[in-house]
Amino acid sequence: MSDLMLKGEAIKLGDDISTDDIIPGRFAHLRSNLPELAKHVLEDAAPEFASRARALSATGGGKAILVAGKNLGLGSSREHAPVVIKMSGVGAIIARSAARIFFRNAINQGLPVLLCDTDRIGDGDELKMNVTAGEIANLTSGIALSCGKMPPIMSAILKEGGLIPYIQKHKDFVITS
Amino acid sequence: MGKTLAEKILSLKSHGEAKAGDVVIGDVDLAFVQDTTGPLTIRQFKESGFEALAKPQRTIIFLDHAAPSPAQQLSNDHLFLRHFAGEAGCPIYDVGEGICHQLVAENFANPGDVIVGADSHTVTAGALGAFATGMGSSDVAVALALGKTWFRVPESFLIGLSGTFPRGVYAKDLILYLIGRIGADGASYKALEFAGEALAKLTVSQRLTIANMAVEAGAKVGLFPSDRITRDFLREHGRGDKYKPLSADSGANYERVIPVNLDQLEPMLSLPHAVDNVRPVTQTKGVKIQQAFIGACTNGRLEDLAVAAGILNGQKRHADTRLLIAPASRQVLIRAIGKGYIQSLIEAGAIILPPGCAACLGLHQGVLGDGEVCLSTANRNFKGRMGNPEAMVYLASPATAAASAIRGEITDPREFI
Ligand code: SF4
Repeated sequence: MSDLMLKGEAIKLGDDISTDDIIPGRFAHLRSNLPELAKHVLEDAAPEFASRARALSATGGGKAILVAGKNLGLGSSREHAPVVIKMSGVGAIIARSAARIFFRNAINQGLPVLLCDTDRIGDGDELKMNVTAGEIANLTSGIALSCGKMPPIMSAILKEGGLIPYIQKHKDFVITS
Repeated sequence: MGKTLAEKILSLKSHGEAKAGDVVIGDVDLAFVQDTTGPLTIRQFKESGFEALAKPQRTIIFLDHAAPSPAQQLSNDHLFLRHFAGEAGCPIYDVGEGICHQLVAENFANPGDVIVGADSHTVTAGALGAFATGMGSSDVAVALALGKTWFRVPESFLIGLSGTFPRGVYAKDLILYLIGRIGADGASYKALEFAGEALAKLTVSQRLTIANMAVEAGAKVGLFPSDRITRDFLREHGRGDKYKPLSADSGANYERVIPVNLDQLEPMLSLPHAVDNVRPVTQTKGVKIQQAFIGACTNGRLEDLAVAAGILNGQKRHADTRLLIAPASRQVLIRAIGKGYIQSLIEAGAIILPPGCAACLGLHQGVLGDGEVCLSTANRNFKGRMGNPEAMVYLASPATAAASAIRGEITDPREFI
């Protein structure tokens, strides 16, 4: 199977972006209306995020890449968080570190998450990434970044586009090492 | 090489030898959803073409987050979940029964179980020796269908507890102190395992408070060994036969060992807007509060209401401070009425909210106004958590919340005890 490649532009956020930042509690009533909920993604924490991400994905040249600091996605287990990020046109996430449930949820939604030193990525940088190999080329600065590899079961899930398509195909978890 | 408690349970449930770092597939003994994550989970379950639940009697639906519902969309979510429960033949705990994690502790969690819930505070059941962890909807949907899930076996931190809580200091102060020390991501992907001589005096209620907030240090589980105290709790809740003693082996391998002497703790506070922004109450005294909230899966149990009632009995809340109290379950509420706590609390000016999450998540029953400050016994104080990004949330023990409600400002509970 060929490597999963992606190209896009960084939209940079800070440290400790919580799931309450991604979806503020006051919008909980919209959770069964995902398109409506997605309009409020990061509304308080990064008000310009949604429009920038949408504009980027509309140009067709590349996707928005959400770049965050440490402990991205801390807080609740709401899978709506990576869902609305993906719905806003984000193609991948890069963070210094990510909270456990959020990381797993994003992969389960087919949204790649790579972990590396994000201080070396600036807002608006052009990035090219090989998700499977865990490699990022920062085309703006010329710096190459390498990220650890995820457990094989996670890359297998990602390859199928998420957990549900993975299970539909395999009918069970298949562990390969 | 001995096993940690996490390795022990996951070895048992994966029918093999699970070592930290391994990826294993484990049987799931109990899976549950609540009303804000449940609809997506159930939609994913259905869209995947799954026909039936693997274990209908061990799949539970809780309506607790919007209880009763404040909005038509949420009422429709409730309808959807009730309908699914009927169709799939799984138990449902409807509005007013209480918070999922409290009901799991009262009715379901047993030592050695693997529990997955579509809620991050599923870790609460670690207090009873269950490997309990929160997951997203896709993972839970698959666990509902297959009765199993995959885990990366976590490395463990050993938290060694000695000493006794001084007057005015409680389990909440301990876990806030620990989170301040470890940091909000300091235990990411790890298991926190509690041990030490102090456990012999830690009630299940206190253990639940501590395990509940393990996730606030990033941990996957917060595990207590099972002992006589666990056994008595299970007996009291009609499942004494489910007790089995379970603890880590001596010689188990820990990534980090953190000793804590309870004698040296004092009342603690988590300041806005990060749970690991922790200081002693003595350094933050005097901040005016417009609301005190005693409840949530962290601190809405009978012992918590007893402490609050003890302080508030014969006192009055400050005229500028609303005092909201939400018992964690119907059983807690009934017992608190029987013990006279509710009477004392209402006489002190408290509003008793229905058993459920209440004001904790900013959806209803106590949303804050711009610039308002709330002292809450819940577990999160992120910006906007209580429904308004312009408000501030401090976290503390029920004793600190009760004392502060009387004075109308952050107050050291030892002044009242
Ligand atoms: S009480 Fe608060 S933290 Fe606990 S389950 Fe409910 S919303 Fe979540």
